[in-house]
Amino acid sequence: MADKNKGRIKINSELCKGCYLCISVCPKHIIAVSETLNHQGYYPSKSTDSSDDPKCTGCAMCATICPDVAIEVYRD
Amino acid sequence: MTETIFKRPKYLKDAVFHYCPGCGHGITHRLVAEVIEELDIADRSICVPPAGCAVLAYDYFDIDVGEAAHGRGAAVATGLKRVLPDRIVFTYQGDGDMAAIGTAETIHAANRGENITTIFINNGTYGMTGGQMAPTTLVGQKSTTTPGGRDTKRDGNPLRLSEMLALLDGTIYIERVSVTSPKNIRAAKKAIKKAFQIQMDRLGYSLVEVLSPCPTNWKMSPVDSCKWIDEYMTKTFPIGVIKDNSENK
Repeated sequence: MADKNKGRIKINSELCKGCYLCISVCPKHIIAVSETLNHQGYYPSKSTDSSDDPKCTGCAMCATICPDVAIEVYRD
Repeated sequence: MTETIFKRPKYLKDAVFHYCPGCGHGITHRLVAEVIEELDIADRSICVPPAGCAVLAYDYFDIDVGEAAHGRGAAVATGLKRVLPDRIVFTYQGDGDMAAIGTAETIHAANRGENITTIFINNGTYGMTGGQMAPTTLVGQKSTTTPGGRDTKRDGNPLRLSEMLALLDGTIYIERVSVTSPKNIRAAKKAIKKAFQIQMDRLGYSLVEVLSPCPTNWKMSPVDSCKWIDEYMTKTFPIGVIKDNSENK
């Protein structure tokens, strides 16, 4: 069972335009640049949070600054 | 149980923004859509978009939209509001649209105290046409028409439209915000909500100026653009409440 108050983000890689503002604001440094292009031709952001040791707190700072509303945030 | 902390607001259509990477329009669109959802005014809101990058706002907002000719947002909004006084009418204008070609309409609508709201995007450049100098371009800032930087002797000074409008008796609430960090974005949303609330309370003209990054025309990365706003742009355009007469009404 997942710990209480652990967050999870879902990045829509097709909406992402690779501005990487989310990477600059993430306090846990768990967002990185993907190695694959999306259909728009950008390298989208991706979450690197591991399921074994999740670091995301669900603070939603990445989603707040995302200009393309590409990030959804959940707390399990 | 999974709790949703953040998702796309209800009144933002499921469309990909045509804006460049890191553009502040997307953030501001989302804030407006969130405020409309929270105030539950979607069925009676009318947006008046500008000519400029945000001209296609009707593709994104899932509310009524009445397009205005370049700069004439305040005049179109005045007409809509007077004919349909129970609607929440707001203009969404850029600095080229509002501070250059539409200055006359804006100043007279504000001076008449029209009960409308304006979201004023200030990015210090003409974004859509390719980065020419706007009235709000900072001194020394490079643009395609001021390649050596804006020179006050030749090009004049940056226009502080919000401060000008604050002098008018018809304006109730004017605040300048920025969308450069999660903290500033939350403050921007609060300001936009207050501006809409003032219109709903029929108090008069409200305006929120948003300092917004334009990484493409500034030729900076999105992260550097946000830093540049915080370090340089806020010196000419300080953030904060410029006028708030809502308590005295």
